[in-house]
Amino acid sequence: MNKVAEQVEATPEQIRDQQLYRSMGLTDHEYQLIKDDVLHRLPNYTEVGLFSGMWSEHCSYKNSKPVLKKFFTKGKHVVKGPGEGAGIIDIGDNQGVVFKAESHNHPSAVEPFQGATTGVGGILRDIFSMGARPIASLDSLRFAEPKTDADKYFIQQIVAGISAYGNCIGIPTVGGDTAFDDAYAHNPLVNVMSVGLMDLDKIEVGAAAGVGNSIVYVGHKTGRDGINGASFASFQFDSEHESQRSAVQVGDPFEEKLVMEACLDVINNHAEALIGIQDMGAAGLVSSSAEMGSKAGGNGMELNLDLVPQREAGMSAFELMLSESQERMLLCVKAGHEDEVLQVFADRGVNAVVIGHVTEGHQYRLLHHGKLVADVPVDSLAAQAPVYHRESAVPEHLKHADAHQYQPQIANPTATLKQMLGQLTIASKESIYETYDTQVQTNTVVAPGSDAAVVRIRHHDKALAITTDVNGRYLYLNPRIGGQMAVAEAARNIVASGATPLGITDCLNFGNPEKPDQFYELDQAVMGMSEACEKFEAPVISGNVSLNNEYDNVPIYPTPMVGMVGLIKGIDHITTQDFKQAGDLVYVIGKTDAGFNGSQIQKMQTGQIFGQLFDFDLDYELKIQHLVTKAIQAKLLQSAHDISEGGLITAIAESTFGRQLGVELASDLTVADFFSESQSRFVVSVPQDKQAAFEQLVGSEAYQLGKVTDDNHFFVQASDGYFDLDSDKALAIWKGALACRLK
Amino acid sequence: MKFAVLEFPGSNCEMDLYNAIKDIIKEEVELVSYKQESLAGFDAALIPGGFSYGDYLRSGAIARFSPIIPALQQFASSGKPVLGICNGFQILTEAGLLPGSLQKNVSAKFICKDETLVVNNNHSLFSSEYQKGQLISLPIAHGDGNYYCDQETLKSLIAHDQIVFKYTNNPNGSVDNIAGIVNQQGNVLGMMPHPERAVEDVLGSSDGKGVFQSIVKHIKSRGVIYE
Amino acid sequence: MALVKVYVNYKQSILNPEAEAVHKALKRLGYADIEDVKLGKYFELTVADGKSQAEMDHEINEICDKLLANYNMENYHYEIEDAEAAQ
Repeated sequence: MNKVAEQVEATPEQIRDQQLYRSMGLTDHEYQLIKDDVLHRLPNYTEVGLFSGMWSEHCSYKNSKPVLKKFFTKGKHVVKGPGEGAGIIDIGDNQGVVFKAESHNHPSAVEPFQGATTGVGGILRDIFSMGARPIASLDSLRFAEPKTDADKYFIQQIVAGISAYGNCIGIPTVGGDTAFDDAYAHNPLVNVMSVGLMDLDKIEVGAAAGVGNSIVYVGHKTGRDGINGASFASFQFDSEHESQRSAVQVGDPFEEKLVMEACLDVINNHAEALIGIQDMGAAGLVSSSAEMGSKAGGNGMELNLDLVPQREAGMSAFELMLSESQERMLLCVKAGHEDEVLQVFADRGVNAVVIGHVTEGHQYRLLHHGKLVADVPVDSLAAQAPVYHRESAVPEHLKHADAHQYQPQIANPTATLKQMLGQLTIASKESIYETYDTQVQTNTVVAPGSDAAVVRIRHHDKALAITTDVNGRYLYLNPRIGGQMAVAEAARNIVASGATPLGITDCLNFGNPEKPDQFYELDQAVMGMSEACEKFEAPVISGNVSLNNEYDNVPIYPTPMVGMVGLIKGIDHITTQDFKQAGDLVYVIGKTDAGFNGSQIQKMQTGQIFGQLFDFDLDYELKIQHLVTKAIQAKLLQSAHDISEGGLITAIAESTFGRQLGVELASDLTVADFFSESQSRFVVSVPQDKQAAFEQLVGSEAYQLGKVTDDNHFFVQASDGYFDLDSDKALAIWKGALACRLK
Repeated sequence: MKFAVLEFPGSNCEMDLYNAIKDIIKEEVELVSYKQESLAGFDAALIPGGFSYGDYLRSGAIARFSPIIPALQQFASSGKPVLGICNGFQILTEAGLLPGSLQKNVSAKFICKDETLVVNNNHSLFSSEYQKGQLISLPIAHGDGNYYCDQETLKSLIAHDQIVFKYTNNPNGSVDNIAGIVNQQGNVLGMMPHPERAVEDVLGSSDGKGVFQSIVKHIKSRGVIYE
Repeated sequence: MALVKVYVNYKQSILNPEAEAVHKALKRLGYADIEDVKLGKYFELTVADGKSQAEMDHEINEICDKLLANYNMENYHYEIEDAEAAQ
């Protein structure tokens, strides 16, 4: 059992004298603040618990708030930006697309299956609490290269958890990205993004206003699982603190399905009764109730904890408030309408109980066994958490980075290509995604395996393109430019599928913000991302921060996962990466330069990444993306594929795999150039009768390489050598590599 | 004609079936709650996929005790078409309307992908729109799709030509590559693949339409002879 | 009160991929002498007093046949204990 929970009986004086607040994650300074500035008395055990949860980074963003303010969040279609459960963008026809991403890195590191399930469950609650029906999920995963059986088991369990939850609740897992690097050995990343669709006249907010209105608890009973997980998530791991790894919650997708349907029923059909609704996520009951109370403004709240449905006997107030038992929601219901709302839940066999009320004044009060166990200003928990402006310093490894680009050593181009196709980051992820239900809801037009997933909007001639991207290696070499590239790659994927970017969500996975060199990475990355978002007119509408991804003082690569959604105006604009038929012309759009530092080939050949990141020009990127969009809208392209990890040759190979075609291509690029990861490029195929129109539209930015063939031959002539192999052999390597390594 | 789509707690393909019938097959369709006790007024009953009761205990084992089940059993015994897809198939075996049972896939993993099926029997009321031996592509999406029955039962299934669809590349370990079977009377079909996910080319395949069109043809050719 | 412990397992002829996976894992971990693994379900039913042994047997068998086990592929057996003593 959790250490913290054993200290239940500590007196306010003991907490002060023995500094027990530290074990809950509060600093001396924060404790002083609570004691001297907020309460003007000693906080009791329950109150310290409330503050420890609410003032954790996970709930308060105390370390990242000043950085997050730098994000570009405006846009004429933004209906709700960051701050609510999820952001909303207007896509016309009174429809809004709602999306958000969330990290579940720490829980997954402790218990991979349940960590993944509860990650999926949590983000879905954020979506439907806005009044939206979830229509798609994506997962962005980062693992170390699997070496031992334990590594394989870990990855399999993460995937099994995502599969178990998403499949059961019936929300298609349509995409995501998975990459492998030993930088994630002790801090795997499990980021989940969910997208929902709603009618814009049905927006709900997480606020509890109006004296006398009822606070209604909904969903699973509260147990001792995940007590104070929020402050746990904000701890860093090291070999001496393994004992902290105890806060595991269990996900129940069946219950969540019932809760979701009931909540959507209340939102859609009992709108007059509902004041606000919020997920009980991190820091459970205290977080949801204090945030609802604080957002409404001007009132207080009183909860009677004896009314909270409980799974175990003898739970303390601290445990009830900080438990992170899953599949729970908190509603604020207009006085007099309680029975109507409770009936909706009863009809579906879901617990729903009035546990308190909105009160006069500004105090947040908790009653337990007839006693007042907490009495604090409601804003002190949510809105008035401390904010830290952390110190920033350039990391050592960036100070003396070599400006020269790495030069790949390639004696046998075909052998190098084969080796590249077998790299886990490059190889097909089919063995992962074939365990996800990608099609339920019957709207998935483009399933996993292409640049972006595409989900059509039923009864409208439009669709959404969705992708997740980031390459932590680029950010490690240059967090600002790498941050720009993360957004740019996402935008390229969106554009390649025939869409234009609408906006992004993010999971900012970084190290310890209290260390200046690690804070520098966060700060710079956010600036870079923001610059790119503004350029692509893709505002940040929601997101999540996961800090302290550090083990024995070594942080992960800075990894701000970008989840982007784009709109396809016309189903016939949907484009995939696969070459379609022999005879079509293959082009690369965009210039190829030496882009090797941070590349897959540098990692593959040296086992490391080093040097200064290669150059990147946002204006050029935008220009190239616009050309591709125009070509798609003019119906000139058969396929479009963004060029990223593994470079041009990898992108060409991937384009042949879907329909098992070949190519016969020639170029004046060198063999090494074919592995360059310079940005702002696409591989496209064009039917012969559209050649003239295409070349006229794209002009000097398109370089013709040759033709698609159907003779099982993959042949690419470079200026100093050639790639030559059977298409089916290339496919077999690419398709089998990951499945084989996970067996 | 009018289809009923049964809805159990945890069903998640009920709207997919509903939309397929309404938008593509263009027939009347209504969702029917597991709490109902009658199927009066319907010409055919569809049991959707999903995870009824979370698939806890065994897939379909708890749904099988719902108030609607006696009505479904009566509906079936009156000769009206009953189609269970995926979890619907599992419910039908648990309810004793079809022989055998569905076990965990041999890989022990959930599998979602397109599978090629062969139409083994095209004179069932669910498959008359196909040619015998026709290859069709339908998605599967299940963790417990491994059809099992003992040798006696299998012999009987074959003898009575009850195997309607077979996998060409068995994905889950099913006995005799079985993907879908009918009861001896021929009016109850259970199948693991999802025909309702394959009714529009934009989603990759229209091969599933034939199942629903066969039912419609059957009902319409018989006129209103039920009740 | 009586405590009924119900054990449900697959029939010998039925492949159980989960048990196979556990068996393989044990072998990988070096437990070469493990010859077979079975992985089934275990239930504890707490039953109010007032029934004879025969009535109890009848009820438990009925519950198992109806819900807890699938006769197509599963077997079961059970033990009845005194609930208070079991605690």
